[in-house]
Amino acid sequence: MGKSPASYIGGDFSRIDGPLKCSGRAVYSSDFNFPGLLYAVPVCATIASGRITGMDTAKAERMPGVHVVYTRHNIGPLHRPGKGDGTIDEKRPPLSDDTIHYWGQYVALVVADTFEQATDAARHVKVSYQEDTPDVSTQLAAAEKPDVDTERGDPESAFASAPVKVDHTYRSPPETHNPIELHASVAVYDNGHFTLYETTQSTMNHRKVMAAMLGVPQEQVKIIMHYLGSGFGGKLWPWPHALLAAAAARNLERPIKLVVSRKMMFESVGHRTNTQQRMRLGASHDGKLLSLQQDYLWTRSREGDYKENCGEATGFLYSTPNLRVTAGYARRDVGYPTAMRGPGAVPGLYAVESAMDELAVALDMDPVQLRIKNEPKVDETNGHPFSSRHLVECLTTGAEKFGWDKRQAKVGSMRDGDTVLGWGVAACSWMAQRLPAQISVQLNADGSAHVASATQDIGTGTYTVIAQMVAQLTGIGLDRIEVKLGESTLPPGPLSGGSMVTGSMVPATDEATRAAISQLLHTATGSGGHFAGVSADQLTLSEGRVHRKDQAPDDGVPFGKILADARVDHVSGKGQSKGSGDDPKEKKLSIHSYGAHFVEIGWQPDIARLRVRRVVTVIDGGRVINTRTGRNQIEGAIVMGLGMAMLEDTEYDSRNGAPINSNLADYLVASHADTPEIDVTFLDYPDYALNALGARGIGEIGLAGFAAAVTSAVYHATGVRVRDLPVRIEDLLNAPEQSAA
Amino acid sequence: MQPFHYIRAASVEQAVAAAAQTQTAQQGAQIRYVAGGTTLLDLMKLDVETPARVIDINHLPLGEVEETADGGLKIGALVRNSDLANHPKVKAHYTVLSEALLSGASGQLRNMATTGGNLLQRTRCMYFRDTAMPCNKREPGSGCGAIGGANRMMAVLGTSEHCIATNPSDMNVAMTALEAKIVIHGPHGERQVPIEDFFLEPGDTPQRENVLKPGELITHAILPPPTRGVRSHYLKLRDRASYEFALASAAVVLGVDNGTVRHARVALGGVGTRPWRSHEAEKALLGQPADADHFHAAAEAALAGAKPYSQNGFKIELARRGLTKALSTAAAA
Repeated sequence: MGKSPASYIGGDFSRIDGPLKCSGRAVYSSDFNFPGLLYAVPVCATIASGRITGMDTAKAERMPGVHVVYTRHNIGPLHRPGKGDGTIDEKRPPLSDDTIHYWGQYVALVVADTFEQATDAARHVKVSYQEDTPDVSTQLAAAEKPDVDTERGDPESAFASAPVKVDHTYRSPPETHNPIELHASVAVYDNGHFTLYETTQSTMNHRKVMAAMLGVPQEQVKIIMHYLGSGFGGKLWPWPHALLAAAAARNLERPIKLVVSRKMMFESVGHRTNTQQRMRLGASHDGKLLSLQQDYLWTRSREGDYKENCGEATGFLYSTPNLRVTAGYARRDVGYPTAMRGPGAVPGLYAVESAMDELAVALDMDPVQLRIKNEPKVDETNGHPFSSRHLVECLTTGAEKFGWDKRQAKVGSMRDGDTVLGWGVAACSWMAQRLPAQISVQLNADGSAHVASATQDIGTGTYTVIAQMVAQLTGIGLDRIEVKLGESTLPPGPLSGGSMVTGSMVPATDEATRAAISQLLHTATGSGGHFAGVSADQLTLSEGRVHRKDQAPDDGVPFGKILADARVDHVSGKGQSKGSGDDPKEKKLSIHSYGAHFVEIGWQPDIARLRVRRVVTVIDGGRVINTRTGRNQIEGAIVMGLGMAMLEDTEYDSRNGAPINSNLADYLVASHADTPEIDVTFLDYPDYALNALGARGIGEIGLAGFAAAVTSAVYHATGVRVRDLPVRIEDLLNAPEQSAA
Repeated sequence: MQPFHYIRAASVEQAVAAAAQTQTAQQGAQIRYVAGGTTLLDLMKLDVETPARVIDINHLPLGEVEETADGGLKIGALVRNSDLANHPKVKAHYTVLSEALLSGASGQLRNMATTGGNLLQRTRCMYFRDTAMPCNKREPGSGCGAIGGANRMMAVLGTSEHCIATNPSDMNVAMTALEAKIVIHGPHGERQVPIEDFFLEPGDTPQRENVLKPGELITHAILPPPTRGVRSHYLKLRDRASYEFALASAAVVLGVDNGTVRHARVALGGVGTRPWRSHEAEKALLGQPADADHFHAAAEAALAGAKPYSQNGFKIELARRGLTKALSTAAAA
């Protein structure tokens, strides 16, 4: 029996795919195997800048099990994508010329019977290079005049005359996506048609790009991705290995498996670029912001037009009459930067929120109060009203839960035994938008429902929340709803990025489910039906039963029986919704999520040990559809934020341009033992501007601002302001606060 | 990984005979013993180790911890790190060893890694592990990538112009403070080597890390009987709370009588090219009051000869603090 309709939204539901994942039965992309499958292993450049001058593949070709070694001479046609061919950061087709743009760029591909044979042979391909001196410096200067992202008033004059000012530059390092699941492609070719099992966050975009670059119509490419071992943005767009696998499958007419190594994950599948951001804030003595300027720089590879949009939230986060955000880039001999969880806003809010904390110190003002004092009434970038903004309540709720009123502002003044405590706070924001979406819903005579869309679940719970949406409208239990996602032949669905899937799927799912119900009621009222002669608009479907609106569900008939008795196998409906960018009403609203982080760190000066002890985070993310998967998202983002604040840094060797710490022992991410007590609260105000359920996305906002809360807490404990992430032991060894009080 | 022949040894003698044909037991060995495989298999996958033959010693009778006649412990080379760390006698009388083992790696790795293997754990230097990089340890004469490169994790004690790689083991540091003896079987019989003499500094032959000769197999480590009234402690300092090699660590064995230090053994990890015994620190402690000033003085003495490189100078101060804290913890226990 189904539950009462309203209970499916906002509850605490386990993932419907959880049992499959916990028992090893969920089939991930690299798990697919086919008769005749061969293994491909790339040969990677060992220079970061220069040219290939020669390549000897003869020895590798003669090694056991080796079928072929592909180079630019025999890989066959691969095309540069044009406008409208979808999104890919590295547009240069792999193996297209002898120029090397970054360390680890693929220069050849070995195909063999086994992975071990291909790996061994790849090491025996001898490549000679003419090496140029690479530039991988993270000290940035703009390559051309920076663009103005947004501006108002006269920020320069207002800053010059402001009674209280801060002017500091903040740096965040290159970060590497490290999902446990490596990037992988399994490519199957059959008479001009490609079936590609990919680790992708967007089956539809992947199909478009692959078709264009392989030079075949989109109808001849099918993308499958049923489960993703997470992506964090690194799997949004295709990468060169996918093209190599597909080209090899085409050339050999054999299935090809190519799994990228952990080392290659640091080289050729994108990373979060480093940033360098100068922040200038001016305020009156009572803490009113008079001017805010953010001049940010990021790194591009030698080709490509990636932008790290650090100013995304700057224009509307606080009220100030004078503001300017400028954006500039520098080119370096590094692999292609790409989106990483909360692109733009995450490094951007690290700088903005750090500067706000420094302003609070300069004003001798509570940092929570400073933020509340500068709360805007409208979005000051365009004058639009906010659809639903509760940042002040995030701050006050968080402060209460954290016990912020017990804070002693003096640096180093709070202690727990010999441990010096530091408290820090930061606000956060993330966009809320809808992408176009389609879905089909089918109600079956056996009492089950089938739901299908080409969107994908990247581990965040999309399977489950879509089932919840259908359950909400039908009363069919979650255990009877089968959700099929991640195949490009299903109704086109949105990419899993920008925290947009849930919000995007609501209207389409609503429409599809209602269309299927309408068909069902039509069947019920047909001649010989259970409700023959009754008008369909007098009926409804709840708790999985068709009944008169003036009757209780228990007095009605299970919907499966309606269909079975009418000898109808199933009824179905299609739903299609537009993106929020296409809606003129939504264009006149400022739709964003907000939140606040409160962090306590512990600093043990006698052994220079810094740890995060507890976190209170309050999120204003619209209505939360599933509190469990929602909370998981925020908690995971906080752990990632801890890594950003204190651990993660891709280090390039300046002499040769190699990302040198390209493994999980030397590139540190937070471990379980680093994970503190995390208290997540959702304010749960529905935002009906975006959809009928009032849901926004929550996948990224938890990471935004977090690093600033940590560095502010570190300052509060130690007196050291770290403006160059991550915070490291060596930054704190000479902290003024050394001895116990 | 380069293809190799796999041989399973049925006895110590058979293993030693099979391995004796290698030209060296050091970097570049053509024949390697494998036990837990937690270092060797990684390095083989990276092509840093390319043995033609691998002799599996997991079936040899070397998996026991036995009490010696004088009350010490004889630890078989195949005793897993987890088992050794949780052995009741180790927990009770050799606390420093149990703590060191449990601070290393992860639960899964400790279940595989063995005592003999851990004695031979190779450095985590990033240049050693990447065949595209220069490394005098891996390829003598090719240069040291770390000296002018990423050296935050590298050593500050016992370095040379050819190599600054650390010995990464936690267990070795504790064993050094406990003055363990290494029992080695070779083609010409058995010998015992004090752990302090077992490891070599890099000098101009960084490819040589210990005194093992071709065919020689570590069969046991022997701990002397516990000294009456001493307390021991291992403190490991690192960036994250778990699963990271030491930036600096300290193993101390301390005997205090009426406020005066009567027994002191000190070793440092994470800062030396080998497990770093500090006689200087011990000398600064012996006969002196067990107080903060003298612990500081011992730490100063231990790091007096340290040489910083571009990124790792902080380790000198970090190691001082770690040693001071470890001494005060042991004294207060």
